[in-house]
Amino acid sequence: MSNKVIYAIYNDDDILMNAVKKTRAAHHHIEDVFCPFPVHGLDKAMGIAPTRLAICSFLYGCVGISFATFMMSYIMIHDWPQDIGGKPSFSFIQNMPSFVPIMFEMTVFFAAHLMVITFYMRSRLWPFKKAENPDVRTTDDHFLMEVAVNDNEEELVSFFQGTGAVEVKVIEKN
Amino acid sequence: MYTFSSKLKTFSFILMAVGILGIGYGFLNAPKDIHEVENILSASSHGGHGEATHEEAKSHEEAHTTTKHEAKGEVSEANEHEEHLNHVLHQLQNKPWSALYVACIFFMLLTMGTLVFYAINVVAVAGWSPVLNRVMQGITAYLPIGSAIFFVILVMCGLHFNHIFSWLNEGVTDPASPNYDALIAGKAGYLNFGFWIARAFIFIAGWNLYRHLSRKNCLAQDEADDNANYKKNFKLSAGFLVFFIVSESIMSWDWIMSVDPHWFSTLFGWYVFASFFVSGITTIAMVTVYLKSKGYLEYVNTSHIHDLAKFMFGISIFWTYLWFSQFMLIWYADIPEEITYFVTRINDYNLPFFGAVVMNFVFPLLILVNTDFKRITWVIVMAGIVILAGHYIDFFNMIMPGTVGDQWFIGIPEISSVLFFLGLFIFTVFTALTKAPLLAKRNPYIEESKHFHY
Repeated sequence: MSNKVIYAIYNDDDILMNAVKKTRAAHHHIEDVFCPFPVHGLDKAMGIAPTRLAICSFLYGCVGISFATFMMSYIMIHDWPQDIGGKPSFSFIQNMPSFVPIMFEMTVFFAAHLMVITFYMRSRLWPFKKAENPDVRTTDDHFLMEVAVNDNEEELVSFFQGTGAVEVKVIEKN
Repeated sequence: MYTFSSKLKTFSFILMAVGILGIGYGFLNAPKDIHEVENILSASSHGGHGEATHEEAKSHEEAHTTTKHEAKGEVSEANEHEEHLNHVLHQLQNKPWSALYVACIFFMLLTMGTLVFYAINVVAVAGWSPVLNRVMQGITAYLPIGSAIFFVILVMCGLHFNHIFSWLNEGVTDPASPNYDALIAGKAGYLNFGFWIARAFIFIAGWNLYRHLSRKNCLAQDEADDNANYKKNFKLSAGFLVFFIVSESIMSWDWIMSVDPHWFSTLFGWYVFASFFVSGITTIAMVTVYLKSKGYLEYVNTSHIHDLAKFMFGISIFWTYLWFSQFMLIWYADIPEEITYFVTRINDYNLPFFGAVVMNFVFPLLILVNTDFKRITWVIVMAGIVILAGHYIDFFNMIMPGTVGDQWFIGIPEISSVLFFLGLFIFTVFTALTKAPLLAKRNPYIEESKHFHY
């Protein structure tokens, strides 16, 4: 079986959005869409399942605040009690207000960094990785939709030319 | 056009009637002299409140029964006891006034929060919000009546009907007087009745003027064939925001911080602002959801509601940030003249003080952090009720400790005051909503707003 795909290239995000909706309505399978910038609502139009990144982020935040609580309690109360500003140094709860900024920062730090790392891993991105986008113009000003071909090449080509694509290519993928 | 349903109208009248009865009961029930106070204090010793006061009073009584004391000492004890009773008498007489004052300023500032949200949207040329313009203008229709009542209460404070503002008392600036207070005397150039009431008049007049003109321009824009009125409103709103942020800061010192005239906090204005700003946005969301449930506001979609809920969430966090910033710096430095503010609140107002943080931070944080929840009507209504109640308690915490001390209670006078102003608010707001179409049809961004989609 051939691994043929169609690359339909657009130069406007509104035209792309309409084309994605039409393609979905015509029951063609969209493999992926490559954009130079995030297009609002594209994930919904493509029918991708909602992201679970927010749940991860919430959990990472919980880890962050727990770690900060443990860290401050260990550093400031248990390992080497420190008397700063005359606050009682042997009680975590009585010193808690001064640890709140640290707990907050650690929550944000954990949530933000781990979320970005998770995102990279899910997108299979890492340093020195070879670019996967099929056309360099998708990093500049063009949008590319990749659609699977199932022995209906001519039909698809004419279909995509009708959706306002500036270029339609058929590519043999291996 | 919206029609004020007779059910809701009756409901608002019932609220007002019940409120007036309760407020009247609160005033009639306030003690007239120290003998009544003595009875109240001995009766309340069985309850939870006024325990500290009672202990104090009891220790005086014990002192009386011991015969060891010299006659001279006994006289001074008796004087002290009487002074204490007088103090409690003033606190208890302040109670119905403070209840009225807290509810009145809360509802007035809540409409100011809405007005500022509207002005910010106009100045930011926001494309999502114009379908909500008429809702916001409906809410701010409460401002004229609310601020007029508030101004009357301020004048009555100045005429010594109550002791909410202790710096207004006779003789506080007179070194010969027994009431002399050096700290207040040092601030007398700013804190005196004439200047204070003049500021209040200018601020209230300025806010009402902006509300009146922006509403007029917005209505005129409906019938216009160019955008002149819209542009006028843009400039007007920008000017108003500058006036507002200065007047808001001063207002918060004048009407709230000066209740504790010895105490000061530099971020107090922001803190008060965050509190009524989130209340205002919550009110917009709740009125919108109500109108939507009655089949009005056809162009308001879940994305608009989602955005309002995001603001409810975000400004709740902002309020917490300021609440904590104010608390932590004062707690950490622990300077007597500053820390007394929080000592009073943590000792005598423990439940409302920390309860407000739970209601205004923990609850909205946990319930509104979820994207899907921000689109569910009943979640918004429930979160909104908790946030509004929480910020009422926040204002309660700002004012009551300085006026009634440990004699506070959320009882008939407090609840009735809230009910009265809520009834008045509902009546005024929904009457105003019937006066104009709910869609600002000629706003240049109305199409974008109708199709707003997140």
